[in-house]
Amino acid sequence: MDVLNVEYMLGLVPVLLRYLPLTLQLAGIGMVLALILACLFAVVRVLRIPVLNQLTIVFISFFRGTPLLVQLFLFYYGLPQLFSALTVIDGITATIMGLTMHFSAYMAESIRAAIVGVDRSQTEAALSIGMTNGQLMRRVVLPQATRVALPTLMNYFIDMIKATSLAFTLGVTELMGATQKEAAGSFLYFEAFIVAAIMYWIVVELLSKLQNYLETRLNKAYNR
Amino acid sequence: MIKLSSLSKHFGETVVLDEIDLAIEEGEIVVIIGPSGTGKSTLLRCINFLEQPTAGTMTVGDLTVDVNRASRADILSMRRRTAFVFQNYALFANKTALQNIAERLLVVDKWPKEKAYQRAREILDQIGLADKADAYPASMSGGQQQRVGIGRAMAAGADVILFDEPTSSLDPEWVEEVLGLMKQLASERQTMMVVTHEMSFARDVADRVIFIDGGHIVEQGPPGDIFHNPKDPRTKAFLKKILATSPV
Ligand SMILES: Nc1ncnc2c1ncn2[C@@H]1O[C@H](COP(=O)(O)OP(=O)(O)OP(=O)(O)O)[C@@H](O)[C@H]1O
Ligand SMILES: [Mg+2]
Repeated sequence: MDVLNVEYMLGLVPVLLRYLPLTLQLAGIGMVLALILACLFAVVRVLRIPVLNQLTIVFISFFRGTPLLVQLFLFYYGLPQLFSALTVIDGITATIMGLTMHFSAYMAESIRAAIVGVDRSQTEAALSIGMTNGQLMRRVVLPQATRVALPTLMNYFIDMIKATSLAFTLGVTELMGATQKEAAGSFLYFEAFIVAAIMYWIVVELLSKLQNYLETRLNKAYNR
Repeated sequence: MIKLSSLSKHFGETVVLDEIDLAIEEGEIVVIIGPSGTGKSTLLRCINFLEQPTAGTMTVGDLTVDVNRASRADILSMRRRTAFVFQNYALFANKTALQNIAERLLVVDKWPKEKAYQRAREILDQIGLADKADAYPASMSGGQQQRVGIGRAMAAGADVILFDEPTSSLDPEWVEEVLGLMKQLASERQTMMVVTHEMSFARDVADRVIFIDGGHIVEQGPPGDIFHNPKDPRTKAFLKKILATSPV
C-alpha cells in the first residue's frame, strides 16, 4: 500500500471548503421548506380535513416509498418534459425540490405523532379556561410536541445534509461534486474522498452537539 | 346565578342527561353524588361546554344561552365564567406552577404580565405553595398538583368552580390537603359544584346535596336530610352502599 499523500490532502481542504457553503445552503433551505410543508401536512392529517387528508396520505406514501435519487431525476429530467415552459430546470432547484418533498413526507409523520401524543386532558384544561383553538395550539400543544419531535427532526436534518451529496448526479458542484472533479484530476481518489468524508463528519458532529444542547433545554420542565 | 333549564345531553341513542332543571345561588356549595355512569361528569362538562349539550338553556351570571344557538363567542364567554378542576389535575406540563395559574390571566384576559404574575403569586400564597412557584408539574406531588389545579381555577375569577372528583386520583396521604383547600374556598363563599365520593366533605361543607341517577335529579336537600332521612329508594340504596365504605 502506498503511503497517503498527506500534503495533497491538506492542500485540498481550502479548495473543498469553498463548496461547503453550497452544501449547507441546499440542506438549510431544504430543511426550512420541508418543515413548513410537514407542519401543513401534519395539521391536515390531525384535523382530518376532507380531500386534503386523502391527497396528503398519497403524497406521503409516494415520497416515502420511492428512492430519493429517483425523485431527483423525476424533477430534473421529468419536469421540463411535462411543462414545456421549463425548458431546463437547474440542478440546484431540482435538488431543493426533491429534498423538500422527500423529507417533508417523513417529518410530517413525526410531527403528527407528536401533536397527537400531547395529553388530551391538557387540551381540555386549556379550553376550559376559555382559550381559543389557536391559543391552545400555540401555548400548550406545539411547545410540547416540539420537544417530542425535536430529536427525530434533527436526525432528518442530518440525513438531509448527507443526502445533498446526490445533487452531484444532477451536475451541481457542491462538496461531493467538487471532490469528484478534484479526484478525477489527480487520480488520488482515496485522499480526496477521505477529506470530503471528514468534512461531512465534522458538520454532523457539530449538529449533534446542538441537538444535545436543545434537548437538555427543552427537557428542563419534565425532570423531577 | 346559575340556572339550568331542561338541559339534556345525548350520546347517540343514549340519553345521559334528561331535561335537568337546576338553580344555584351565588355562594352556594353544592355537592353532587350518584352511582357511576349516571352523568355527573357530563353535567359539569356541559356547563363548561367541554361537551356540547343537546338541548336546553343555561344561565351563568348575566349570560343566558340556548345551547343550540350558542355562538363561538357565547361558548368562550360561558367557559370564562365557569372554571373546571379535573380529576387528573391536567396541569400544563410545559409550564411552572406560577405560569399555570397566570396563563388564563395573560392569554384569555390579556392582563399585563406584571399584574398577572402578581395575582398568580397571591394565589400561590393562598394555596400554600409560594415556594413552588418555579416548579414544573412533573416535580410536584399529586396533592400539590391538584392544589395548583384549583389555583388555576381560582385565577379565573369565575362565577362558579366545577370540581369533578378532585381527590379521586390522589394517594390517600394527599386527600386532606386538597379537601382543606376546598373548605377554605367554601368558607369564602366561592360558588362551587363538586362531584365527589367524599361523603364527610359533603356533610361538613355542602349547603345542598344532589343525588343524580339515570340522568335525573332524583333527590336533593341539605346534607342532614339526604344522609339521615333519604326519601327515594334509589337514594337509600346508593347511600347504604357508599356509607359502608366511606362513613359519614
Ligand atoms: N364521549 C362519550 N361518548 C359516548 N358516551 C359517553 C361519552 N362520555 C360519557 N359517555 C357515557 O355517558 C354516561 C355518563 O358518563 P359520566 O362520565 O357523565 O358519568 P359519571 O356519573 O361521571 O360516572 P363516574 O362516577 O364513573 O365518573 C356513561 O354511560 C358514559 O358511558
Ligand atoms: Mg365522572
